[in-house]
Amino acid sequence: MKRKGFLLAVFSALVVLLSGCSSLTVLNPKGPVAKTQSNVIIFSIIVMALVLLVVYVLYIYMLTKYRASKAAPDYEPPHEEGSKWLEITWIAIPVIIVAVLSVVTVRSTYAVETVPAGYEDQKPLVIYAASSNWKWHFSYPEEGIETVNYVNIPVNRPIEFRLYSYGPITSFWVPQLGGQKYAMSDMVTKLNLVAEHPGSFMGKNSNFSGEGFAHMEFEVYATSAKEFEEWIDEVKTTASDLTEEKFQSLLDADHVGRETFTSTHLEFSPAPEGEHAGHNHGGSDEESTEMDHSEMDHSEMDHSEMEHSEHTHE
Amino acid sequence: MKWDEFFVTGEPMIYGAMVSIVVATLAILIGLTYFKKWGYLWREWLTTVDHKRIGIMYIISALLMLFRGGVDGLLMRGQLAKPENGLLDAQHYNEIFTTHGVVMILFMAMPFVIGLMNVVIPLQIGARDVAFPRLNAVSFWLFFAGAMLFNISFVIGGSPDAGWTAYFPLASIEFSPTVGNNYYSLSLQIAGIGTLMTGINFIVTILKMRAKGMTLMKMPMFTWSVLITCVIILFAFPVLTVALALMMFDRLFGSQFFTMANGGMDMLWANLFWVWGHPEVYIVILPAFGIYSEIISTFSRKNLYGYKSMVWSMIVISLLSFVVWAHHFYTMGHGAMVNGVFSITTMAIAVPTGVKIFNWLFTMHKGKIEFTTPMLYALAFIPIFTIGGVTGVMLAMASADYQYHNTMFLVAHFHYVLIPGTVFAVIAGFYYWFPKLFGFRLNERQGKLAFWTIAISFNVTFLPLFFLGLNGMTRRMYTYSESTGYGPLNLIASIGAVGLAIGFIILVYNIYWSFRYAPRDTTGDPWNARTLEWSTHSPVPEYNFAIEPTVTGLDPFWEAKKGGHQLYQGKFEEIHMPNNSGQPVILAILFFFWGFFMVFSWWTPAIISGIAILIMLAVRSFERDHGRHIPVKEIQETESRLRGEQV
Amino acid sequence: MKLDNTLPLEYRSEENSNRILGFWLFLGAEIVLFSTLFAVYFALWNRTGNGPGGHEIFEIGPVLIETFVLLTSSFTIGLVINSMRLGLKKPALIFFGITLVLGLVFLGVEIMEFVTYVHEGATLQTSAFLSSLFVLLGTHGAHVTLGLLWGGGLLLQIKKEGFTLDTSNKTFIFSLYWHFLDVVWIFIFSFVYLKGMM
Repeated sequence: MKRKGFLLAVFSALVVLLSGCSSLTVLNPKGPVAKTQSNVIIFSIIVMALVLLVVYVLYIYMLTKYRASKAAPDYEPPHEEGSKWLEITWIAIPVIIVAVLSVVTVRSTYAVETVPAGYEDQKPLVIYAASSNWKWHFSYPEEGIETVNYVNIPVNRPIEFRLYSYGPITSFWVPQLGGQKYAMSDMVTKLNLVAEHPGSFMGKNSNFSGEGFAHMEFEVYATSAKEFEEWIDEVKTTASDLTEEKFQSLLDADHVGRETFTSTHLEFSPAPEGEHAGHNHGGSDEESTEMDHSEMDHSEMDHSEMEHSEHTHE
Repeated sequence: MKWDEFFVTGEPMIYGAMVSIVVATLAILIGLTYFKKWGYLWREWLTTVDHKRIGIMYIISALLMLFRGGVDGLLMRGQLAKPENGLLDAQHYNEIFTTHGVVMILFMAMPFVIGLMNVVIPLQIGARDVAFPRLNAVSFWLFFAGAMLFNISFVIGGSPDAGWTAYFPLASIEFSPTVGNNYYSLSLQIAGIGTLMTGINFIVTILKMRAKGMTLMKMPMFTWSVLITCVIILFAFPVLTVALALMMFDRLFGSQFFTMANGGMDMLWANLFWVWGHPEVYIVILPAFGIYSEIISTFSRKNLYGYKSMVWSMIVISLLSFVVWAHHFYTMGHGAMVNGVFSITTMAIAVPTGVKIFNWLFTMHKGKIEFTTPMLYALAFIPIFTIGGVTGVMLAMASADYQYHNTMFLVAHFHYVLIPGTVFAVIAGFYYWFPKLFGFRLNERQGKLAFWTIAISFNVTFLPLFFLGLNGMTRRMYTYSESTGYGPLNLIASIGAVGLAIGFIILVYNIYWSFRYAPRDTTGDPWNARTLEWSTHSPVPEYNFAIEPTVTGLDPFWEAKKGGHQLYQGKFEEIHMPNNSGQPVILAILFFFWGFFMVFSWWTPAIISGIAILIMLAVRSFERDHGRHIPVKEIQETESRLRGEQV
Repeated sequence: MKLDNTLPLEYRSEENSNRILGFWLFLGAEIVLFSTLFAVYFALWNRTGNGPGGHEIFEIGPVLIETFVLLTSSFTIGLVINSMRLGLKKPALIFFGITLVLGLVFLGVEIMEFVTYVHEGATLQTSAFLSSLFVLLGTHGAHVTLGLLWGGGLLLQIKKEGFTLDTSNKTFIFSLYWHFLDVVWIFIFSFVYLKGMM
């Protein structure tokens, strides 16, 4: 029957998905953050496949057994109000599933929001990643280097990306290293990533930001610590300074190729953090606690507001 | 402003659209004049306050918008069919995915659902009309004015191009300097006022105008779903009203709500948008659940299993729908704590939804399932929607969402929820209630052919997108390079889209064919159904029920057919009906022009239109129209004619 | 028409009681609308950009006048309903007139307040805080304006027709609306002005 064929197709698709993981970018992680996420995804796919299986078995059973064409012509279906125990079952089991998934979600979300386990002791490499029109600027404040549309990182060292935007909201995403985060114009968000394998990884803006959005990609090169040091030395000897005028012309351009400089734009165009944040006010702590009265959607707004200040007051 | 800025120029496809719009308009105008139908159109349709006719107009508009949104979808799939395709450029693609989203959600799904509500609810609760028939007409015409205003944007001035979510600062005047997003804010505002009024109207109708004996817990499930939906509308739409107003102030009057300088907060827009936007999803899905409940129960020849838990699960869903909106932007960096909370509330929705799925399955248990066209859509809904649902749970897990967000995985998920959820439901409802409105059934053979084409093509179109998403393909990219490897799956999806188009063509042909050749149904109850709407004639007389029905339980008509209960007790009495009025359509035309002038910042004509709107409100306030009464003799004549007796 | 004579005139017909329920629901939507505007205001109120903050522009004098006249008008519209229930047309008209005049005074003072702000360089365009302030106050002010037009028309109808099923229903609904605007103002007074001046 057609319907069964369709269901079979769905299942085989799931099987293909599970076995063919490694060919899909997101399920082919090269660092601990992406690894955690890939594990969560695969775990949830298995749980959800079981749920689907239960629904589909019941569904096929009902459809094959209780067709009118199979019933006696004078068969009168009974009047059924429902069943207390059955209904309790299909409330209780989903509640348990959701509870399990909640625990997994909360734990993994905390895990991917902090520096990955095993890397807490290392001093992270701070890289500011800013988007403008349809390109990415990467600033290494400690090394005094800036690149455009590519970023070099050492393997096995935590990288703290500090994200912001010179325009529309963008989302910084390197699927094989870890999930994305928004870059916005009035605050700095942080993304902790570690590469455990050397190589070149695709990075992109995933949040629609206008005409050139489709081409807003960058490349991440993960190399050994030694090679990374060598690269820095090489940049220092070969590249030139980033002047304010040059930076402005970069900002104004729609797309540019790869660029390398021996100074960063942070000196003359600081990131929107600390006193440069979009807030334009002092400490907001006392105010945000006062805001808990008033109606529903208002109190929710506080969350973002408080988180907001958390980021900008570091 | 120069004329070449006013009209969109330089795009052959748009020139084609302009020509076809002009030709179609001329054809309609000439046709109406030639066949002398102007009077008929005005008397019977434009001025009507009859809920059934308003419902039909909603559904016709929704089908037109389905065509518009569908063409947008086909163009998108055409562009993505192969790498580096040149069918559309970036700007055009951006406009198309924006209008596709807006049209499909706000001008197709909503009006289709509201159209079915209009047609069915008064009949299902045994009422003669809605509580405020005139307001109902205003709602429809405001929706229509909003939809038309939005649709002219692609030939006059340019369509919005910042996505249907219109995130700031992208949608600000700085980054989107064309009038496109002005159209967005004003047309949605006008249509939104209409929707809010519909919500109020139907809550009052359902609460106050039910048949004698129909307590809340004896209401049909579709009526319950509409009641809950209208409550969501009531609480969600004012948020959209505010959001759109602030957008308009930012774009037209230079305020600083969402701007990049002077303290503006871009994510405030995202919050406001989704505080409305997530409940909006349930506004289009809950009535669908109601429709499926009616259909599955009817064609299993069995009462709905677990009625009470069905009602409670909808109430729980409606409450949860207001506390999950931040899951649309886990990635804005509000930390693990907030994301964890929103993950849990979001996943919690799976529980009441699961309750509904199991109740539907057990309604079929020990039933006598008949595979009619509406039932096929309802049956296809269960397995497909469950995929949408479980992928929704996957997306709800914040840590994993960092990898799905903004990808084709998300696109696949919401199409897997909205198409079987809403589109299949409104088509099923359309097939199911069509004979009630027109007195004949749509051809079943063609209907089933359309169904299989649509259901299979749907999966071909959207299943590949899950894999594309996991492979790193983001949404809203107008092109991709060959080296990404996205080509083959995109091609499959595009082939599926062609199949969907064919399915809808068969569906339209089915309607056309059935109008010409389908045999008349004289029983008024072609499906052997259970609820009150089937107990009156098809097509339904303007007063719905000659005698107001009395109800004792759920499925009152079924009980009556089994011989347990007399639905119509008493004798014919005079029936009080509202008069038709031209005011709603005139008001909506004024709103249309007000919106249009505001879009282009032409203040003087905008102010004049605004004053004209106020005058129309005053005219209404000073009017004393107490309706008319249908005499008993006329009712008797109508009734015997509808019963097929010769008068 | 079915009439239940035990009910007050404004509730007596089915249409009338439907309208009142419908209007209560509409007020529910209005509560959400103003809550959202308050939420926006609270989200933005310390984002003053280069513009002035609340404490720099708010003045207690006009605000107290506005509060006083609006609260009084809420009382007088209550007297209108009271007179209507007693079937007294003339006192009802007088109290209705007073209500509208008070509303007009409120509106006048609010417009003057806005003019002062603009003269001090605090405009809609200056900062996110001021945008949200002007839109919150402006939405309330627009409601009052619409109420004045509506009330004016209603006054004429009562004058012409007396208290019928129609006019009593409209008057009652208008009084709900007017009380609602007063409640919103109390929130504005407390959370915008008093909080801003502290």
